[in-house]
Amino acid sequence: MKDLPDSEERRANLKGLGCARKRVEDARFTQGKGNYVDDIKLPGMLFGDFVRSPYAHARVKSINAEAALALPGVIAVLTAKDLEPLGLHWMPTLAGDKQMVLADGKVLFQGQEVAFVVATDRYIAADAVELVEVDYEDLPVVVDPFKAQAPDAPVLREDLEGVTEGAHGPRRHHNHIFTWEQGDAAGANAAIDGSEVIAEETIYYHRTHPCPLETCGCVASMDKINGKLTLWGTFQAPHVVRTVASLLSGIDEHNIRVVSPDIGGGFGNKVGVYPGYVCSIVATIVTGKPVKWVEDRMENLMATAFARDYWMKGRIGATKDGRITGLHAHVTADHGAFDACADPTKFPAGFFHICTGSYDIPVAYCAVDGVYTNKAPGGVAYRCSFRVTEAAYFIERMIEILAIKLGMDAAELRRINFIRADQFPYTSALGWEYDSGDYHTAWDKALKAVDYEGLRREQAERVEAFRRGETRKLLGIGLTHFTEIVGAGPVKNCDILGMGMFDSCEIRIHPTGSAIARLGTISQGQGHATTFAQILASETGIPADKITIEEGDTDTAPYGLGTYGSRSTPVAGAATAMAGRKIRAKAQMIAAYLLEVHDDDLEWDVDRFAVKGAPERFKTMAEIAYAAYNQAIPGVEPGLEAVSYYDPPNMTYPFGAYICVMEIDVDTGEHEIRQFYALDDCGTRINPMIIEGQVHGGLTEALAIAMGQEIAYDDMGNVRTGTLMDFFLPTAWETPNYQTDWTETPSPHHPIGAKGVGESPNVGGVPAFSNAVHDAFRAFGLTQTHMPHDHWRIWRTARDLGLHG
Amino acid sequence: MSNRMHLTLKVNGEAVETLAEPRELLIHVLRERLGITGPHIGCETSHCGACTVDMDGKSVKACTIFAAQAQGAEITTIEGIGTPDSLHVLQEMFREHHGLQCGFCTPGMITRAWRLLQETPSPTEEEVRFGMAGNLCRCTGYQNIVKAVLAAANELNTVKEAAE
Amino acid sequence: MIPARFDYHRPDSVAAAVGLLQQHGDEARVVAGGHSLIPMMKLRMAAPAHLVDLQGIAALRGIEAGDRIRIGAMVTQSEMLAHAGLAEAAPILAEAARQIADPQVRNLGTVGGNVANGDPGNDLPALMLCLDATFTLEGPEGVREVAARGFYEAPYVTAREEEEILTAVGFDRPARGFAYEKQKRKIGDYATAAAAVLIGAEGGRVVSASVAMTNLADVPVFSAAAGEVLLGSDCGEDAVAAAVDAMQGDIDPVEDNRGPVEFKRHVAGVILARAIARAWSRV
Repeated sequence: MKDLPDSEERRANLKGLGCARKRVEDARFTQGKGNYVDDIKLPGMLFGDFVRSPYAHARVKSINAEAALALPGVIAVLTAKDLEPLGLHWMPTLAGDKQMVLADGKVLFQGQEVAFVVATDRYIAADAVELVEVDYEDLPVVVDPFKAQAPDAPVLREDLEGVTEGAHGPRRHHNHIFTWEQGDAAGANAAIDGSEVIAEETIYYHRTHPCPLETCGCVASMDKINGKLTLWGTFQAPHVVRTVASLLSGIDEHNIRVVSPDIGGGFGNKVGVYPGYVCSIVATIVTGKPVKWVEDRMENLMATAFARDYWMKGRIGATKDGRITGLHAHVTADHGAFDACADPTKFPAGFFHICTGSYDIPVAYCAVDGVYTNKAPGGVAYRCSFRVTEAAYFIERMIEILAIKLGMDAAELRRINFIRADQFPYTSALGWEYDSGDYHTAWDKALKAVDYEGLRREQAERVEAFRRGETRKLLGIGLTHFTEIVGAGPVKNCDILGMGMFDSCEIRIHPTGSAIARLGTISQGQGHATTFAQILASETGIPADKITIEEGDTDTAPYGLGTYGSRSTPVAGAATAMAGRKIRAKAQMIAAYLLEVHDDDLEWDVDRFAVKGAPERFKTMAEIAYAAYNQAIPGVEPGLEAVSYYDPPNMTYPFGAYICVMEIDVDTGEHEIRQFYALDDCGTRINPMIIEGQVHGGLTEALAIAMGQEIAYDDMGNVRTGTLMDFFLPTAWETPNYQTDWTETPSPHHPIGAKGVGESPNVGGVPAFSNAVHDAFRAFGLTQTHMPHDHWRIWRTARDLGLHG
Repeated sequence: MSNRMHLTLKVNGEAVETLAEPRELLIHVLRERLGITGPHIGCETSHCGACTVDMDGKSVKACTIFAAQAQGAEITTIEGIGTPDSLHVLQEMFREHHGLQCGFCTPGMITRAWRLLQETPSPTEEEVRFGMAGNLCRCTGYQNIVKAVLAAANELNTVKEAAE
Repeated sequence: MIPARFDYHRPDSVAAAVGLLQQHGDEARVVAGGHSLIPMMKLRMAAPAHLVDLQGIAALRGIEAGDRIRIGAMVTQSEMLAHAGLAEAAPILAEAARQIADPQVRNLGTVGGNVANGDPGNDLPALMLCLDATFTLEGPEGVREVAARGFYEAPYVTAREEEEILTAVGFDRPARGFAYEKQKRKIGDYATAAAAVLIGAEGGRVVSASVAMTNLADVPVFSAAAGEVLLGSDCGEDAVAAAVDAMQGDIDPVEDNRGPVEFKRHVAGVILARAIARAWSRV
């Protein structure tokens, strides 16, 4: 073993798996040299801007663009009438519905796109928007998904009148979209009804918005000479956008190039295809000039990609000593005016049926009813995998409520019901096969880290002090043990518009031993250029610093389904490892030839193949790469390249244990996060620094959602939270420090055992913050109050519990 | 119709001239007319700070300043802080401490921190959080940004002490 | 969010600025730091054809911090926050300024703009009411002084005539006990409720007290009654409760995203009680 120090040094030199490698992306970002879509400037570029509806529901009687067209610099004003001959006034959504590109006869939500003004610059375009006269006739507005289902509710989607069969089965009402069911209804009901203890509650996960710091936008450029359309934009899934653009426009797919440049955060906001993209494409085709469209923040919050808005009615049964007997969930899902949810095709409610969480629940049932209202379409996975955060919030609230019913400690209730390590792979009552986990170990580690028993003692003392009138602050301990389901997904059941949810990696090793790898994903801050190189470094023995990672250009990158749902590491990361292994397999043949031994006589050693038993006889990957290009090797093609399209056999199931300690002022409703402990198990850890950064960021988004962030409407369908004054994004001042920790349970089916982590902190963070609020009031009789827990709602809770004297 | 004015600015140490309408926002003048695309547009209502630049020695939000108001001003953007061959300590520390992810807030963040450390060379964590509260980040949760700014302050102070 | 077109003026004297206002009438608006007006213009809720920028007028700058304190209209909130003389003479100013918006906004936001535009969400108007400040207005008819306590008439409507410019605020060195207490949802937000309190004391008793509230009515609220009930007291529990009750009679909050009326009233009471306690601890 005398060569061990040498191989360790070589391993360190690779900066492969497990290394807290600094990011290669940072050089350009810290110097202001990122290239985001609004940075793109082309000769002769025009600018598009929307006339949007001020009404939530109205008939569009007429549109008069004369004055706008008379303004110097205005090139065109597009309306649905202009798009209709092209068949582009409506477009298909990812959820099997269709959506107006521009108002066709009526508008269905405030901020809906009515006309598209194209002008020589954005100032003139904005001036022209003011000059377009639209005559509206008010229609009755429905913003409540329950009222929307009343027999006499206004018909929102007149285009669907008489359509009783939707994309996901029968529609039972004119504002009903689908009913989606999973599990055993009769069994779950019987189990719960026969239970010693039953808890029943409605949990609302309010409507919010991913709100990345960069809004959505694109530049469309039609080269009429070559017949080629190039589309730069804020796309989390550029290849899918290309396919959709081809299907919509009729332009052959090889003549469309879609490029996602640097993206200023996505969080699900940039998965969908928006009217701005379609109108920009039409405008460039019509004018022959490049057209840029970038929405402003109000437009972003009003019209693109809301998230959540799930009313979840739950029933859970248990024995009196806390063993869960069954779970029943019914969801009313407010989808807004069009069903534009971004879910795999066969899953209109995403993966909500992960709602049995981390618990061994013998029988369960869930049903989701999708409903139309006069609100913006969307329903994207805001930093989570398709409705997983709704599911996690639901079960983690139900567990707390059950603990109250049982008079039991909520940490103990979880422990009693966790799926045990020896049960994995575990098939849940709703049909998922959990690949791996060790919940008890994680839970015990978390409780110990925060001195859980000590906290409970302090809390009990605080309650007494409060009752004696010595303090006006309560202490909440928010517990969460979440299980995620990410890495969509196996092609057999996961697709987006028919495209299987595989992903891809293509690697070229250069003659001098450096490399480029291209993937079908696209980073929006996750650091792919850093971490995917680390995977490849460990697989191929080429130092990460010598590997370029490229994504986002459909002309060069292999087809992939993009980055959302924490799927990059589980799917594209696996493709990267598999492509690396193909490289290594060919390298082994070359090394065998060079060393004049049989393939089987070689063994891989960090960055080289060495002869078994004679480690001094070896060829490094750099030497092998050179040979691949300069030697004629019998039976081996020149070059050293590989491509892998990876169809994952299963999802991955990251999990974690989060504990939030919160002080609450019952008089003002203000809160203070005293401690937040986050233990994540994302399987094999590729780059601990990046994992920690993802957790910090995801927790802060969770903090925002739980404590104040919402898209709120008034009864007339007006958006009340259209700017960052009212839409809560915490600053450094409101954000606490977080304490991160980990366990490592590798995924058994992933080539390197990694599971993905970007979204865990949002999925687990929201219930942790919310449970802390609820827990603070548990001693005073609170079972359930709805998010967001902003000052006035917390105050209202305190008032309703009689805590204001 | 246009009422463009002759705008004279000093940007990152260089005198520049351009024609601009008075109503053009400084962020658009920088980005569109002068090709300085480091500062970004995030919220347009002076809440997010992605457009932060330094104007006459003060951090300001360029989305809420008209071109005409900036007439004659001396402006520093991220492009004027450090060079590829000689990065500013803040730029190094943001990388070292993973103080950025998508990079969209980063130019404004660093430009603000650059001024903050001149105003308060040895800030406490609380002073950094308060002094950076005009800049939103959606990715990092701020913890590593705060760490990076404190580390940069430390580094700058060490260099200064060594020089004295 | 693109503003409509306007012509820009940068006069170098108050007289020239007033002249421009006379010339263009209601088509002209004055801009100081611009952080209230520019967002309105970007939303096209305001579209003045002429913008009169006051930044070139040296006479509008400067701080005098003697027995009488005078702050030029174009002094920024940052300057106010950093001024050593003010910190000594009237520390309530810095305490309030710290709670306005964020550093970048305070670098441009001015005292004059904050008090003159009549936005009930602004923090400095209530502070001026509490300080019993006078505003100096200069217009075609010359210079006049108006008491802050008579200045605010309705949202965005003040005693300032359209052709007048607010050039300075002035007030006597305030009592030693002070506090500006503000609850808000986050940095950058207007107050859910805020209270400005000044208390003077002798021999353990209140000899002067002044109370004003921010964002709890369509104008800033000076609560004379709240101040009066504190007089002669030791700011004990009963006196504070009476002051809170009195203040409740003077405010008239409306429901918005920060919460319903009942909540705002409750918080106003809590905030005022805290402000009184803090002011009293400093007398």
